[in-house]
Parts: sequence; C-alpha cells; structure tokens
Amino acid sequence: MRRARTPAAIGLLAGLGLLLFVLPLAGLILRAPWSQALAELTDPTTTMALGLSIFCSLTATAIALVLGIPLAMILARTRGTVRNVLRALTTLPMVLPPVVGGVALWLAFGRRGIAGSLLYQAFGIQIPFTTTAAVMAETFVAMPFLVIAVEAGLRSLDHRYEEAARSLGAGYWRVLTRVTLPLLRPAIFSGAVLCWARALGEFGATITFAGNFPGRTQTVPIAVYLALETKPEAAITLSLILLVVSVAILVGMRDRWLGAL
Amino acid sequence: MVGRAVTLEAAIRIKRNGFTLDVALSAAVGETVAVLGPNGAGKTTLLRALAGLEDVEGRVTLDGEVLDDTSRGVHVPAEKRRAGLVFQDHVLFPHLSVIENVAFGLRAQRQPRAADVARKWIDEAGLGDRAEALPRELSGGQAQRVALLRALATGPKLLLLDEPLSSLDVSIRAEVRRELTRQLASFNGVRLLVTHDPLEAMALADRLVVLEHGLVVQSGTPGEVTARPRSRFVADLAGVNLLRGEAHGDHVTLSGDASLAAPDAGEGDVFAVIHPRAVALYRTRPDGTPRNVWQGQVDSVDLYGERVRVRVSAPVPLVAEVTRAAVSELGLNPGASVWIAVKATEVSVYPA
Repeated sequence: MRRARTPAAIGLLAGLGLLLFVLPLAGLILRAPWSQALAELTDPTTTMALGLSIFCSLTATAIALVLGIPLAMILARTRGTVRNVLRALTTLPMVLPPVVGGVALWLAFGRRGIAGSLLYQAFGIQIPFTTTAAVMAETFVAMPFLVIAVEAGLRSLDHRYEEAARSLGAGYWRVLTRVTLPLLRPAIFSGAVLCWARALGEFGATITFAGNFPGRTQTVPIAVYLALETKPEAAITLSLILLVVSVAILVGMRDRWLGAL
Repeated sequence: MVGRAVTLEAAIRIKRNGFTLDVALSAAVGETVAVLGPNGAGKTTLLRALAGLEDVEGRVTLDGEVLDDTSRGVHVPAEKRRAGLVFQDHVLFPHLSVIENVAFGLRAQRQPRAADVARKWIDEAGLGDRAEALPRELSGGQAQRVALLRALATGPKLLLLDEPLSSLDVSIRAEVRRELTRQLASFNGVRLLVTHDPLEAMALADRLVVLEHGLVVQSGTPGEVTARPRSRFVADLAGVNLLRGEAHGDHVTLSGDASLAAPDAGEGDVFAVIHPRAVALYRTRPDGTPRNVWQGQVDSVDLYGERVRVRVSAPVPLVAEVTRAAVSELGLNPGASVWIAVKATEVSVYPA
C-alpha cells in the first residue's frame, strides 16, 4: 500500500506534542539525586507515605473488586435508559475533577453530611481526615476503571458457556465462580491494575476529604506535593518511584494496551 | 404411539422478533429423533427450549416429570433438568482441561470422586492421552467427542445434539458419525438431534421431524418422509420434483392454470411427486402416449458423474435427469428450447 505523504507541519506538531511528554520525564530522571536516593528512601516520612499509599491503594482496589464486579454485572444486564443512567453515574468520577469528588465526599460523609451525620449520631464515627477517608476517596475515583473493564468483558463474553454450565446442572453461584469469573479473569485483571494505578496516584479527592496527616492520610502524591517546597530531593525520589511503578504497569500490560509490541 | 413408552412430550410455542416456533413432538427411550430443517427454521431454539434455556408457552414433560407448563406456571430451570445439551460448536470451557470439562457436571451434582469418574469416561472413549489438554489443543473431532462425554457423564434422561457433525471437517465426518452412532446406541435415554444436513439425519436418526418456518411440516421414518415429501426442502433432499395443486379425479390443477394428468388423483389439495428420471426431454414435440407435454427453456445443467440434472422452466417447472449423451444430442445448453414429457402413470399424488 502506498499512502499519501504526511505534510511537514503534521510532523512538527506531533514532535511538539511528544516533547511535552518527554521533557518533564527527562527532567525528573536527570535531576534525580541518585546519590541521596537511598537515604531519602529510608527517611521515615518517605517510608510512612509509601506504606500508607500501598495500603490505601490496595484496599481501595479490593473494595472496588468486591463492589465493582457486581455493579458491572448489573450494568451489563441493563438496556436503554436505565443503563445510560447507571453508566453515567458510575463513570462520572472518571471525568469529575478529583477535588470536586473530595468536596462531594465531604458533604456526604462529613460530620454534618447526609450519611456522615447519621454515622456520627448513631455510632460516634467520624470519617473525614482518617485513613478510611483516604481509602474512600481513592475508591471513589478509581473504581470506575474496574467497572468499565469488567462490564466490557461481560458484554463480549459468550454466554453460551454459562448456559452449557447450567445445562450440566450448575446453579447460579457455581456458574459464576467456576465459569463466568474465570472467563472474565483477563478483564478483571486489567481493570484491577488500572484501578490500582489510579488509586495510587490519587491526590485531589484525598487531600480534600482526608487532609494531610503524616502516617494517617499523607499518601505519596500528597507527600510529593508538600516536599517540593521544603525537601525537593525527597519529592523527586518519590516521583521517580511512582514513575517506575507506572512504567512497570505499562510494560506488564503492553499486550493488552499497546497491541503486539 | 400406543404401547410405546414415550418419555419426552413437548408441545411448545416461542414467539420472538416476529418469528413463531410452534412444535409438538414426542420421542421415546431408545429412539433417535432428528429434527431436520433449513437454516432459520427454529431448530436450535427448539433444542434450547427443551434444555430450559428459553421462555416457552406450552407444556414439556420428560419421563413423567413436568418441565414446562405455562398454564400452571411451571418452569424447571436448566440446571434442574436432566437434559444434556451438546452445542453445535461444542462450547467446551476454554479454561478447563478435558478431564475438568467432563467432571464439571459431576461436580455440580456433588458426586464423590468426580475426577475419577470423568477419567473413566475419557479412557473409554479412547481419549485418555488428551485428559489434561485444553479445549483449544483438541481437533474438531476430539472436541465433539469431549462435548458429548461432558453431557453423557451427568447421566441425563434426554440428550440434545445441535448439528453434531456440521462443524467438522468433511474428511473426518464419516468416522465421527460412526463413533456417534455407537455412542447414541449405548445411551439409555431419549435422543434428539437437530440438523440441516439430510445425510446426517438419515444416518443417525430412526425418525425425522421436518421443521420449516417454525412449524413441523412432516414426520416419520426417513423412508416415509422421502417417499412422500411435503415440502420443497424435503423434495430437494430426496431429489424429486414436488408440485402442489387441486386434484380433480384424473388431473391436478397447478398454480398458473397448468394441468397435470395423473390417474386416480382423488380430490382436493394434493402434493404431486415426479422423479427426475421420469421426466423426458425432446427437441421437437413428441408423438405417442405421454399425456403431460409442455414446451420450455433449459434453465441450468448440473453434472453428477454420468447423470445430468437439467432444470427446465416451463408452465410446470421440472428437473429432468438424463445421460451425458442426451445433453449433447439434444443440445441442452441453458436457454435452449426443449419439450418436456411426463407419463401420467409416473406422477404420484397424495393428499396435502
């Protein structure tokens, strides 16, 4: 096949776009305080933020799996208006500015919020500015990635596998656990990884709803932001860690996202 | 039907997207019934309905147990029916090995030692060395056998097969068909298969049910069905000319005002069957006794070895079977003008 020549102007614009991605990454790597990296990594503030980030993002992913898979199953079964409404609701956090999500969470689960006031009066529970709040903020922002992936998987699943299982005498739960979920494993896996990556990088909703308390709500992105003014080396080191994680995810899932590379 | 232990009885109706399937059929233990019909006739829907995978109106009973009865609101779900369904393209669980596919139904029934029982089935079918293989590693014939084993292992009372051979390569079809015949014979339950392939139906079934546009048009033994076709589909598979018209004693009035002479045609709506070998072709108007003579044009010429089938468009469109020599002698090329003659005694008429 012989294609039309690409004009130079297109190439120039594309190059500029690529530069916008590459330059900051290059800056991060070039300015990295490699000699101090180990010291920064063992700094208590850093390790605390890292530990908290890992805990919160994994917990958020686990919650997203438990709640998101059933949600995707319901979504995949609906049609028409119901489906559009449900879908808009579940995917809204993907396009909503995270800060707005944080404000919304605070209004719902804050001490005077619609659900929060009930929790406080009934059990004396306060959610804002706790680790729970950080996990909730991350779940709120990240779960849609899992729901969308699993729903797409369900829609493209050949339901005759489930019918074959039923005709062999398998009841609902056996079909779900032995046939449907195993067949959905690739979709669930990629959805969970996307969800986890999004949760790990969460900043806006977390700082709004959970605040910035070292060891309790100060996750890596928040620590990076705060350290940039006082201890830029620490900020760069933490940023590098997040970058490495992102690249690892990209490489690990290249077959799924980037085709046959 | 008297004296036969009929164990499957179904009278069901399914309406979907402007298509209605309306079928009544029965089948007994030890007989293989083939539902035969062209694509789109509703065969797969019928099987799925019997397996409990479709919403139906009507009544289905198996071995005295009511599986569906809309008038009483009864519907036994698929997992509670003892009906083994073998899908056309097998639908083996892709994430499970052969042995786990076969053991699946046994585990669902909470049978102890499901894997051991499954292995026995696999060994007996001569697939022992493929027990740990995944479905994608199997040949078409092996996958077909595993799908059948998977259904049989659960001990169903009703075995439903959807086009069991059509997804297979022609080269292995005969072999798999022999194997299937053997396995069907050893299965002690009601056997029902659907197919669009007459050969498959004739080879495997004791009784045919011909389904067209969602309705049963004919049923009987393969011999009965092909001897007296009641639809174009069956006539084509039997290789005969099928006409329909109004009988008036010694002749049948066909559509388009054509008349077909036939002795003892009776009265009323009838089918008339003419074997292609009984259709004679001439270049000029024949003299002599044939009562049915028309002029027409050669439509198409198909070779079957030494025999040639010539389709002629005439007041009564017919297919004639002639020799190769006749084709060149009469100049039977498409578009050529030709005379057709059929002896009245070669026309077989029976009520529609």
